[in-house]
Amino acid sequence: MSVARFWRKQQSRYNLIGTHCNTCGRYFYPPRTFCPDCRRDGKIVDHKFKGTGTVVTYTIIRSASDQFKFLTPYALAIIELDEGTKLTSHVICDIDKIHIGMKVRPVFRKLAEEGSSGAIFYGTKFVPA
Amino acid sequence: MREVAVIGVGCTKFGEKWETSFRNLFVEAGALALEDANLAGESIDELFVGNMSAGRFVEQEHIGALIADYAGLATDNIPATRVEAACASGGLAFRQAYTAVASGMSDIVVAAGVEKMTDVGTEVTTDVLAAAADREWEGIAGITFPGLYAMMATQYMHRYGLTREQLAQVAVKNHDNGVKNPNAQFRKAITLETVTNSTLVADPLRLFDCSPVTDGASAVILAPLERAREFTDTPIKVLGCGQASSTIALHDRRDICTLDATVAAGKRAFSMAKVEHKDIGFVEVHDCFTIAEICAIEDLGFCKKGEAGKLTEEGHTALGGKLPINPSGGLKACGHPVGATGIKQVYETVKQLRGEAAGRQIDTEIGMTHNVGGTGATVVCHIFGRV
Amino acid sequence: MVGIISYGAYIPRYRIKVEEIARVWGANGVEISKGLGVFEKSLPDMDEDTITISVEATRAAMARRVINPDDIGAVYVGSESHPYAVKPSAVTVGEAIGATPLMTAADYEFACKAGTAAIQTSMGLVKSEMVKYSIAVGADIAQGEPGDALEYTAAAGGAAFIIGNDDPIAEINHTCSFTTDTPDFWRRENKPYPRHGGRFTGEPAYFKHVLGASRMMLEKMGTKPSDYDYAVFHQPNGKFPVQAAGMLGFSMDQIKPGLAVTYLGNTYSGASMVGLSAVLDVAKPGERIFMTSYGSGAGSDSFDITVTDVITSYLFHREASPSVAALLADKKIVDYAIYAKHKGKVVMME
Repeated sequence: MSVARFWRKQQSRYNLIGTHCNTCGRYFYPPRTFCPDCRRDGKIVDHKFKGTGTVVTYTIIRSASDQFKFLTPYALAIIELDEGTKLTSHVICDIDKIHIGMKVRPVFRKLAEEGSSGAIFYGTKFVPA
Repeated sequence: MREVAVIGVGCTKFGEKWETSFRNLFVEAGALALEDANLAGESIDELFVGNMSAGRFVEQEHIGALIADYAGLATDNIPATRVEAACASGGLAFRQAYTAVASGMSDIVVAAGVEKMTDVGTEVTTDVLAAAADREWEGIAGITFPGLYAMMATQYMHRYGLTREQLAQVAVKNHDNGVKNPNAQFRKAITLETVTNSTLVADPLRLFDCSPVTDGASAVILAPLERAREFTDTPIKVLGCGQASSTIALHDRRDICTLDATVAAGKRAFSMAKVEHKDIGFVEVHDCFTIAEICAIEDLGFCKKGEAGKLTEEGHTALGGKLPINPSGGLKACGHPVGATGIKQVYETVKQLRGEAAGRQIDTEIGMTHNVGGTGATVVCHIFGRV
Repeated sequence: MVGIISYGAYIPRYRIKVEEIARVWGANGVEISKGLGVFEKSLPDMDEDTITISVEATRAAMARRVINPDDIGAVYVGSESHPYAVKPSAVTVGEAIGATPLMTAADYEFACKAGTAAIQTSMGLVKSEMVKYSIAVGADIAQGEPGDALEYTAAAGGAAFIIGNDDPIAEINHTCSFTTDTPDFWRRENKPYPRHGGRFTGEPAYFKHVLGASRMMLEKMGTKPSDYDYAVFHQPNGKFPVQAAGMLGFSMDQIKPGLAVTYLGNTYSGASMVGLSAVLDVAKPGERIFMTSYGSGAGSDSFDITVTDVITSYLFHREASPSVAALLADKKIVDYAIYAKHKGKVVMME
């Protein structure tokens, strides 16, 4: 990922800052600048998520692309944050412990890096709560 | 809107084709289609080609012009358009071609699909295919394509009790069909154990739950129905089409186990074709992973959610069953050259309806195709009928 | 009076036993553990580095107290393993706690005392009223060459201290330092592992500076060791701090609560800071803490600290973040192969 593209959403990734539509009450993480329901009538504001959530579904990645090969096998899950929005993330735990309904909390980790001379991308992952 | 028919089809063998270049794949498929339609290249008015990622596989963009040039059609300066919607690129190219003819804009239009995937290593391929998902929010989290469908499978199995064996049966059945398809990448039958003993790729999906990396191309030719018999004795009519979009990321879906875009596209196709589910003789669905076939059967409305596993287990989706799915061998056995798959599905459907599918022939008048992009962000369905 | 507003520590979950490392090199692990006074050490997960450790430690500090990130005027991270040679760890820490952009920042290096040097700078900024709060972090993923003595103790972890004037949980009564140019241990630019002077790292290095700074402190404050409830010394192993304590007149009871090294290893820039965190985890209002750090190269920073009653007041929530004991207890033991993979000793192609 290019440094500009990553930097643009850095606050979102570091601090779980998404958005909230004040018109209909929906929460968005990843952030959306346009509410799909209210569209132009939507009043979008920033929202810092608590970070706690529940595993909705998961898999164990055994075969990954170059960037993530060193992490395999790892648990990848769709997590529903307490506020009601869903995101996808690596869940750091024993791979036989992950299950639907597992409670998770956020931690700060390296997401990826562009080789040994490239930029390092940091962000939020999850561990069992 | 005029009625439209398919008057010629062509398809290369699918597989790892070291000797064949990207452009020659298309030329081969195109030539076969022209021969099938008994048509000279000069008669082509327009060309649509579906291709997902030639830019990353062979470092080539501007595919529409490239194909028109190498197929010998650029000398006539025909309009040539590349269409992209990840793995649904072929299906979308077909719908664009259909619309061009139906609207009266052009008469004889080629809809093609081509992908050359094997010139790069598998780690690059994994990354290229991941671009069909949400790069910003799924990609950076370390997803892979099998991983996304695996998450669908985990949730599906938890909710509906689908068993590992029922899921494996999808692959076994498709391989059985592949044996009978001379163009298929894999033409060997497999057992349930082959699937359940194969290497885990992304739990619960194993190697044999996943469609392969393939090179291939397919091309079909459309004409207004009223002119079809100038070219063929067996025109196959496009009865209906439906295309739909949905959220790019799996985590934004209303229901992780349902492709709402399949539901919408299917409904649109059925509504336009004015046929019912019981009229459909077979469906070529998008089985990029075994779980995708299970969900497709249900989301197209052929059975209730949660029942497709049993349907498969009981043999109803096999060639001799009441609803054959993927007579070509599907993406699993026939292979999945990404941009070409949607057109190959049309090729198979036309061959079946013409009675030219020796060895795997289904006796029916109406067939359906279902082509998906990514984890369901784009879906396009077509329904075809004998004239 | 300037002091500690809040503190937090972070130790990665993975551990390797000293005996397991000895096994690989054909050495006597039982003897080595006993000789070093260290039985296991921590190592990072595949996606952790000094920056992620610093962020977790700082967030742990922020969680214990209501602090407006806008009031944080400075962030300093001291380490020997900053992920970038150029691009400070401090800015990522600042961004990850919402303190950017209205702050100053820089990274520090002074071997194992980079973090306490950051505390001293923070004290200056706060005392001069240039900033309201300044954060000093000491964190490391320590490097020890495979087969070298340092490999047994080079560990991963860190701690963060928020320094300020308003209602500190512990007042820093005084700080003083003893610094010289002493080549006991160093790492050249672009080299992966440090080198050291063997026995030279003892008397002319560690002891000269730790004792030098400590004696200066006792003299300046007019105190005796028995005036303190706790003493924290830099802990490269379990022996040096015990010896230094003995030489100065401190007892085992005084140093035990702050001696985390036994089951943690040496977290380099994090070492004394994690030790101090461990003491603050149990300290009561009115108790007095003596701390002297040590960084090779060489120098020692000494601190005289008095715990206030804010530490048990409604202003401070010690239980909001895990104690050093809790972090040490949350562990997963691995073998040398996994350890080597995590520490990047298995060289991958790019």
